[in-house]
Amino acid sequence: MDSQSLFFSLELVAGSGNTLNVEQRAALQTSLVILQKNYKFQRVLLWGKVLGLKADYFIAQGRGEDEMKDRKNLYSLNCVDWFLLPPATVPLIDQVSSAAKGRFTGDPSHVYEHRDIRRRGDGDEEEEVVTKVNEEIRLAVTVHHIEEEVSVVPRGAFVKSPHGLVQINRSFCGLSYSESGKLDSFLHFSEPKNLKKKSLLETSQLNPAIDFLDVLSDDIPKGSWSLQFECGSKVCVLRSLLWLGLTFYHLPMTPQHGYIYIGDGAKNLDLAFML
Amino acid sequence: MERKQDSSEGTLQAVALLKTTMLKQSTKSGLNLNPAAHKVMVDSRKLRSTGLHSDVSMKDTPTELELTENVCTLAHISVKLSYSYDHLTRVLIKVMDEQPQDVVDVIEDISRDVKRALFEDKQSILRDLPQTTAAELLAEQQRPLFSRPENNEQEDELQQETPLPNVSEIAFYLEQAGVGLGREEMQRIFLALKQLVESQELLCCRLWGKILGTVSSYIVAEAECREGEEEEEPISDEAAEEEERETETQESDENEMDPLPQSTYKPPPVVPKEPIGTGTNKCVYYVCKEPGLPWVKLPSVSPAQIAAARQIRKFFNGKLEAPVNSYPPFPGNEANYLRAQIARISAGTQVSPQGFFQTGEEEGDEEDEAPRDSYEVNSDFEGVPVNEMAESLSTWVHHGHHILPQGRCIWINMAVNSEDLNEEGEAEEKEEPDEPEPEVGPPLLTPLSQDVEMFNTPPWTSKMSSTLTPQHAVAVLRSNLWPGAFAYACGGKKFENIYVGWGLKYAGEGYSPPLPPQPQREYPSDSEITEALDPSLEEEQALKEVLEEQQDVQEELEDTDEEDEDDG
Repeated sequence: MDSQSLFFSLELVAGSGNTLNVEQRAALQTSLVILQKNYKFQRVLLWGKVLGLKADYFIAQGRGEDEMKDRKNLYSLNCVDWFLLPPATVPLIDQVSSAAKGRFTGDPSHVYEHRDIRRRGDGDEEEEVVTKVNEEIRLAVTVHHIEEEVSVVPRGAFVKSPHGLVQINRSFCGLSYSESGKLDSFLHFSEPKNLKKKSLLETSQLNPAIDFLDVLSDDIPKGSWSLQFECGSKVCVLRSLLWLGLTFYHLPMTPQHGYIYIGDGAKNLDLAFML
Repeated sequence: MERKQDSSEGTLQAVALLKTTMLKQSTKSGLNLNPAAHKVMVDSRKLRSTGLHSDVSMKDTPTELELTENVCTLAHISVKLSYSYDHLTRVLIKVMDEQPQDVVDVIEDISRDVKRALFEDKQSILRDLPQTTAAELLAEQQRPLFSRPENNEQEDELQQETPLPNVSEIAFYLEQAGVGLGREEMQRIFLALKQLVESQELLCCRLWGKILGTVSSYIVAEAECREGEEEEEPISDEAAEEEERETETQESDENEMDPLPQSTYKPPPVVPKEPIGTGTNKCVYYVCKEPGLPWVKLPSVSPAQIAAARQIRKFFNGKLEAPVNSYPPFPGNEANYLRAQIARISAGTQVSPQGFFQTGEEEGDEEDEAPRDSYEVNSDFEGVPVNEMAESLSTWVHHGHHILPQGRCIWINMAVNSEDLNEEGEAEEKEEPDEPEPEVGPPLLTPLSQDVEMFNTPPWTSKMSSTLTPQHAVAVLRSNLWPGAFAYACGGKKFENIYVGWGLKYAGEGYSPPLPPQPQREYPSDSEITEALDPSLEEEQALKEVLEEQQDVQEELEDTDEEDEDDG
């Protein structure tokens, strides 16, 4: 959710139940501007809020030249002081997936431990491998996963220039009402995985400048997105059922769109039972 | 192999023909070959090579289907190319006719003009039929929310205590707490509640919250039911079913053939519903999809539904009549499931500051739920300071009655025969039950600090809404077991509960559905029919050896007999 449009777009995603109170909004408007200046971002987004047991983390994302590749995530506990999150690399992801369990505590220095007993070589020696993971790293990895799997943009909002840079499409005038009622018009904002598997017949209809991302309707399991019109049927709201708490909004016939995640940072692994 | 080669040869020939035509056109129009065409030619070359050399890797070879598809694409593109050839012809003719200066600079404009000249506007006769969008329909339905009836009741409204809660104030405090549905939406809900109160003449009404669904969501309002209101209970249906079953068994007994073994399974007796106004059915709930649309009353909940709802994990659809497909099968449709979840959430998360409500005189019965009177607002209650409320959980108490594992709030002894129920009446409640009664500490008004921790998470998180101005902040309580349940308390006597969420409990690491039960033994062991296990291999071999021994012995006997006969 772009920091410029923060004050009215929070109302549009409030249908999911969570908003920010006025004090937090005011603090964000000030601190995000300062953040943009300090880190020299092109634009700053309020990515969302991860709820912990004792405190909540506010996450902001700064975007650089290339919207897809130059992304940096920052977190804060009070909307004023921001700290940079480390980029999520594969070894970090592995550590987090083995060690971190349960809810976020709200303390960035909390350490999750996991003890694993492994045999060393052929002998009977048992080695206890202890994986320790910081809550900060867990937060970074969670944010990375959510971005990978459920970040949404409408089709046509971003263009890929011939140099490979992904940028905002300034002449995007919004989806129509009928288009925004279909899940086909929304794309994942991450590296495409299904695009190359499509046959030539399907790709000949696509425009390579706009359709360089995966479509939402190709997600498995089908039905993991809930598309509704809210606020008097004016706003198209997409909610992810895989990561409960991610809300995407788009006002049809206007270029306004954005997404925010407010939830406890847990993937809904029971989705198959719940549909 | 040969037939395959023939068909592939045919397609290859078609491709080759297209290729030559395209090359001709492309050279005429000076266009680069489309990348699709290039791919087709590469693929066709590969396919031909596999026909001749079988050791080309199969991964690169396109299948027949892909090749046909590519040919179709190519045909589509080649048609477009023929159009471009005609267009270029027209442009060149125009240039030759007009002979403008510096043709290179204006060639694009000429091209555009030629295209535009070709386009004939035939659509001026037809007009677009204006279609009503969903937004317009909803706006029409929501308009009556804002109209005020012109009659003389206005003065009365201001004077009486209305059952209508002050939703604007609640919305303000909820926004401080970080919960809410947006200001305009809350205002609309407020007006819709007003409509509900007026149409149903409710005594007391409250916004319970919102439950999200996959297709659409529900806005839920809680109300006190009027006295004397009773619901038609479907007892008659159950009685009719039992009668049918009895007649069937009688008929089958009359058959002269051996009767099929009757199932000796008797389903456990159904736990009766709690009457309206008590326990889980204390309040009546109304739902609507959008404020402005008519409110629908939800049916009262039965213990079987609560027990089933505890075992399943399903999203809500948005339609009240939708079936709930789950295992164990849920007895009812989505309206019942919704009501059951609402009952569970209310029981688990309706909290109030300690001292706000007080119990009346105790009647000495542990099982009795405190009757309505004793649930009163305590007039002597002086507000607890906000920072105390935010720090310790013992300042909050549950005022939602906990639901026992049986599915009711008041335990009922199912082992007692139904006939005794009628005879003993009230004395039945005081009977010592055989099974221990599942209780959760003192009924009602239990402080939250006694809540059990599940899945290593504390059940509640509390904080102040603002750390910068704690003098005017609000204490906020958030449930970790039912994500989406919030409560706030502000300084004095104001507090409120609300739930906005998916209607599901926190399930820890993962939900595993209950396994199906063991298959039952069907045949009761009689003197005629007995069920026994098949003999194992060792037993059979042992038996075989014994039989062989017997046979040998018998043969020996016969031999000796023969010998005896021969001798004799």
